[in-house]
Formats: sequence, structure tokens, C-alpha cells
Amino acid sequence: MKPFNKNIGKDSEANLKAEHITADILIIGAGGAGLRAAIAAQERGADVIIVSKSLLGKAHTVMAEGGIAASLGDVDSKDNWEVHFSDIIAEGVYLSNWRMAEILAREAPGRVYELEHYGALFDRTSEGRIMQRAFGGHTYRRLCHVGDKTGLEMLRVLQSRVLHRQIRIMDETVVTRLFKAKGRICGAFTVRLRSGTLAVIEANAVIVATGGCGRLYMVTSNSWESTGDGAGLAYGAGAELMDMEMIQFHPTGMVYPPGAKGLLVTEGVRGEGGILLNSRGERFMERYSPTRKELDARDVVARAIYAEIEAGNGTEHGGVYLDISFKGRNFILKKLPGMYSQFMDFAGIDITKERMEVAPTVHYQMGGIRVDAESTATCIPGLYAAGEACAGLHGANRLGGNSLADILVFGKRSGENAAKYALGKRHNAIPEHEVHMESKRIASYLGRGTNPYVIAEKLRETMSTHAGIIRDGKELAEALGIVKRLKGDAKRMAVGGGLKYNKGLVECFAVNSMLLSAEAILRSALMRKESRGAHTRKDFPKKSPEWRRNIICRYSSGKMELSTADVPALPKRLAHLVKKEAY
Amino acid sequence: MEKVRLTVYRSSGEGRGRFQEFSVPFEEGMTVLGAMRYVEQNLDTTLAVRWNCKAARCGSCAAEINERPALMCKTRVESLGMDSTITVTPMKAYPNVRDLVSDPTENFDISGRIPAFKPKKGLKKPWVFYERDVERSQEFRRCIECFLCQDTCHVVREHKSGYVGPRHVIEAAALDMHPMDALKRHVYLNREAGLGFCNITKCCQDVCPEHIRITDNAIIPEKERGADVFYDPLVYAIKRLKGENK
Repeated sequence: MKPFNKNIGKDSEANLKAEHITADILIIGAGGAGLRAAIAAQERGADVIIVSKSLLGKAHTVMAEGGIAASLGDVDSKDNWEVHFSDIIAEGVYLSNWRMAEILAREAPGRVYELEHYGALFDRTSEGRIMQRAFGGHTYRRLCHVGDKTGLEMLRVLQSRVLHRQIRIMDETVVTRLFKAKGRICGAFTVRLRSGTLAVIEANAVIVATGGCGRLYMVTSNSWESTGDGAGLAYGAGAELMDMEMIQFHPTGMVYPPGAKGLLVTEGVRGEGGILLNSRGERFMERYSPTRKELDARDVVARAIYAEIEAGNGTEHGGVYLDISFKGRNFILKKLPGMYSQFMDFAGIDITKERMEVAPTVHYQMGGIRVDAESTATCIPGLYAAGEACAGLHGANRLGGNSLADILVFGKRSGENAAKYALGKRHNAIPEHEVHMESKRIASYLGRGTNPYVIAEKLRETMSTHAGIIRDGKELAEALGIVKRLKGDAKRMAVGGGLKYNKGLVECFAVNSMLLSAEAILRSALMRKESRGAHTRKDFPKKSPEWRRNIICRYSSGKMELSTADVPALPKRLAHLVKKEAY
Repeated sequence: MEKVRLTVYRSSGEGRGRFQEFSVPFEEGMTVLGAMRYVEQNLDTTLAVRWNCKAARCGSCAAEINERPALMCKTRVESLGMDSTITVTPMKAYPNVRDLVSDPTENFDISGRIPAFKPKKGLKKPWVFYERDVERSQEFRRCIECFLCQDTCHVVREHKSGYVGPRHVIEAAALDMHPMDALKRHVYLNREAGLGFCNITKCCQDVCPEHIRITDNAIIPEKERGADVFYDPLVYAIKRLKGENK
């Protein structure tokens, strides 16, 4: 027998040859947005290929619990798209792109019914309609759900459709860079993990649907994939990033045991009546938010929990209590089965009898790739983005349930628009020397060098301590210094093994993406000298009218350049729907 | 500090692998996946181990722990006894890629062949149906596609019978029990999907991390429906078994 793993790892130039694959559209990411985009693009006649870092069906979408926000009015008949729209604008603290919010609010119901017609089975009302639950910041009960496993249902239904439509899927494949020719996107370079081979995909259009960057933080609800890969790829190709400072802390993540720290405790618990208590048994949200209490927007509840813990009112494991036990066993097992088993399996706690311990956990990036509201196009011809990877819809704070609506609505739009763009265009050949350079770059990560996991760990620690719920200028600047140093270390990253299922190699790519997102977050957070939504500055605790602007990061002559743009003004036809912003 | 001792299967994906010992510092509430992540980050970055959500919701980290198919993220180290060594091997039903990673993608080909959801004709929109109509199908929709049921199924594992396996029987049953679906898939299941080869040992439902009653609520009903169409010598045994059930 050959010595273990010694036969791989010395990849010669010869087996670094990449196979060539062509498609009209390359979709990066097989979560809800990617799969919905694929269906839409194929329906328009495009030849689509989906590339995903994880195994098919494992995308972070399956972790989405609470529901899809859509104003069906099945439970509260007064609900309509206008109310949904005004909720998005107000709770996004007036930083959202109004047109994206309008599109979402108008189109979400159609997308939900469509998903039902694809075969999704939502919980029902007594009248036999789609059941909708209350969620923080939504005026009416609006979240269409399947217990606390809505994302799983959505992903399986889309996955089944994609499989039946025989759309090509290359899963467990990492995209390492995008190629451009004559100013437009022409393809991407990939590493196929299972076979340990390289592939170049030629495509007229690329849709980035890679999700967020929660793994930049130590305590996060996000899974393995969420390393900001899409932002890294798009930025590398010249696209702009926007609102990167807006990182959502979900108010309720598990705090105990250590291995389960950060796992999401769905807002559905509060939506179904759960209450928050501090260690003194006080329902503290009555103080922070007398009318909405536990169901205020996520940024408000997260800051309140954080403040209670800081004030010494925390529990044994550094959280607060969340109690739903008074609702009774049957109710909990029907409505929150996932939460029941999560606490039972990981903490040995029976939530039908005991209280949960929870604390804020990094959950979502509101910012991301800057796109056109109608078409999801970036400023690079042929490059599109959808879902958590892009910015604009959620402003400074995302409402629960809007992300599942987002990926359906804008996933579909990105697929349609990319198809419209890509069809009938001739392929621009990928420059040969760039392919060669990229193979060489990948080969440079194989060998002896700095362990990427060590860099990632240091980065997570830095972001968690310096760019958390409450920020200040000094700490952010210090973190930026550390990130600069880590970027230096990352130049020497390398791991043993070869191309075949080498997670260490994947971590090298992830570290580069994470460093880029971290830099954008820190620079943007430093620039925004106010507190708004998810972004709270100790040194600038007030919201300022001057800062009703979006911060934009782009690559310019070797470094990251920041600028601001006014939030597009509401048109007359919509202005009356929204309360004027108060300062 | 207390240590967790692991024996981990290592292979290049070609030929037989070997076992390697690791020792990992114990942390309260540690899962087998937690221990494996410690290994991949600190002891050997070349270890191939597939994981995603760490929360038993995605089904990526399916493996065999002390020879029993289980999710690594859901198996707490203490539950296996702190004084013994934990043996971790990949799922055996699928081709091994490297180390603990096997390739279960044949399941996606099978999924693509199951007759898709097809709404009944002439349904008025929006669709109206009730909670009682969805409960049976929803049970199967909890499946996280860890494929542990497939891995433990001796028919899938040892016989090239053409049986698609328990995951796909519940996939078909979930569609059959959808209140708006127009098709019946027992013909497909019994004629093309080899359901007749299942001899109801219930191993699949024993290992299901979602506690889906695969055999009781999907396999047996689909077999019974099939029995009306095709004569199946196992029906007699099924009836007996069902009689003995609670």
C-alpha cells in the first residue's frame, strides 16, 4: 500500500489541466436563490449549470426555520403588499432600496403560491388556507410556514424540480475566480472536490447566489458554507459591495453547551408566544419596547438581550431565558418540533417543561453585492446576484421571513434576466493565460505553509470582539490593522494533501473571501458615524439624517475604495405608505 | 484535561484504507463532529470529513460511529462512554471518496426518476385543504437526506436488486399522500423501484435521526397498495408483522 496521502499532494502541472465545460448561465450556489434562478433561466430556454460548494440539498436554506413573509392575508385579512412594503422600509431604518422592497412585497405572495403549486405543503388555517404566523417587526401575521422547518421544505421542493428538469448540477465544487473578457463575464474557474479535478466553465452570464458571511464570527447560526465567497468573487471581478457594515445579530441563539453555541433558536418561538426573561425573572422587553415587547425588530431585541447580559442580569451560561413551556407539550411539538429536538439532543433540555437559555448570534448580512433592483444585474455585464449575497432590500435590518421571500422573488428575477442577457450572445473565450495563472495559484496552496484554520480562527476572534453588536471607532480601526496583518499571513497559506476532497484547500479560498468581507465590514463600519439598525456605534450613539446613505466599496488601483450614495428617494406613489423617518 | 480517543478511517479513495488514532481534548457537550472538527483544524488538515450545519438539520455528517450509522453532529461523545475509543468510518453503502467522505449522489438520480408532483386537474386557486390532510405527508418531508436509512438497509447495501431504498420510498409516499397530487406511485414503487425486495426489518426507521416511521407509515402502506395491483408473496408476512405492531 502506498503511504497514506503521499500519492497526492505533488500535483504536477500535468494533472492541473482543467476540463472545459460550457453553458449559457453559470449559477453559483444551490440554495433557494440559486435553484429558483436555475428553474427560471431554464424556463426561458437557457442552458444552465449550477455549481455548489456543498452537497446538493445541504445549502444553508435548509436551516431557515420561521417562514416566508408574504402578505396573503390568510390569517389577518387586512394585510396587503403596501403594509409589507412599509414594514420593510421602516424596519430597515430607511436604508432599503424602495424598488426592491416594492418588488418583494408585491411578488412574494405569487412566489409562495407558486411554491405550493410545485408541491410544498404549508401548515393550514382552519379554513384550509396557508397558515401565517406573527414575527418581529411585521404588522400582521405574515409568515407562511411548515412548523419550524420552512427552509427545508422550500429547498426540497425546488431541488426536486431542478432534478426533474434535468438541470446540470456540479455539487461539491468550489468556484475560485470569475473570468472576464472584453469587459464582460465569460466564465469561472472551479475545483471539483470529489474527483479532485479542475474545471473551467465558459458562460455568458454568472449568477452569484452564495449566501452570506456569518462564519466571520465565532458565534453564528450559519453553516460551513457562509464565508462570503460570492462577495469575494464579484468584488474580484470589479463589482461593488454595499451596506457591508450591516450584520444582523439574531436575538436568540443557543448558548450552551459550547459545541452548540450560536445555533439558531427560531423567532417562531416568540412568534408563537414565547417570552424573554432575565435571571431575575423579569420580562425585560417590557422596558425596552413596551408595545411590541419580544416581537420588536431583531436589532432592537438583540441589543436589549445584550444590554441585560452586560448589566449582570444574564444566566449561568451568559444568556437570558426564553420560555414557551406554558403553551403545552402538544402545541410545542406541532409548531416547534425542530426546537424541541435541538434542545433535547444538544443540551438535554425539554423545552415543553424548561426554559431555554439564549443570546444573540450572527445570522445574516444585509449588505453584499450591489445590484440593480429590477434585474439583479451588477455593474459588470453578465454578472448577476441574488439572495443574501446581494444588498439593497433589507437596508439596516432584515425582518424575519423576508430572506425566504427574497430568494424566491429575486432568485426568479435573476434567472430570467440572466437568460435574457445570455441567450443569443456569442461566448467570449476565457483568456488562456488567466486559466494558467489560476491553476498555478491553486497549486501554490498545496505544500507547506501557514495553516488557513489558524488565520480563520484569529479573524473570527477579531471580528467577534471588535465588530460585534456594539462597536466603536478605536476598536474597528484596531481590527482593521489585524485584518491587514492576516492578509499578509494569508499570502503564505498552504495545506498538505492534493486536490481531492481537500477541506484545508477549500479553507484557503474561504479565508481569502472572509478577509475581503471583513475588510469591507470594518471600513464601512468605521465610515458610518452614527447608529442605525444593526450598526451601533458607542462613540456615535445617535442616528443622523446625514447618514441616510449607502456605503459602497469597490476595488480601485490595488486597494479598497469607499464612497457613499444617497438612498434612492421614494416616489410619490409610494411615499404616503411610509411614515416619515424620525430622528 | 480529559481526552477523547478516536479511531478514524483514512483512505485515498482507492483500495482499502487504514485506521488512524487521534486524541482530542474533551469539551462539555462535545459531539463526535466537534471532535472531528478539532482534528481537521488542529491535528490534520488533510482529513476529509463532510459537515455543514452542526445542528442535525442538513444531514451532511452521516457516518458510522462504532459501526452504527449516525449523524456525527448529533452523537454526543459522553453517550459512547468516555473510557472507550470511538471508531468512525464512512457510510459503507456508497463509493468512498476519501477518508470519511462517501459519494451518495446516486440518490439524486433516483430522486429525479420518481414521478414528480402533479396537481389534480381543475383545482380552484387558491388551493384549499386542511391540516388533517397534510400531516401524513409532512412526516416524510422532515427527511434531511442524510441517507443513513439507505446506508443501514441491507437490501441497498448488499444486493444489487434495484431497490431504490427507504429514503426514496418516503419521497414517493410524501407525494402520494399530498392532498392535491393526482398520481399514485405504488405502481412505480413496486414495478420499477424494487419495493418488493424490502423485507421490513425496520432497520431504516431505527436509524432515522428525524424519527420518521419509514417502515410503518410509508413502506408498508405502499406495499399494501402495490399488493392490490401485483401479487406479492410478502404481503402475508407484512400483515402478520402489522398485527404484532402496537
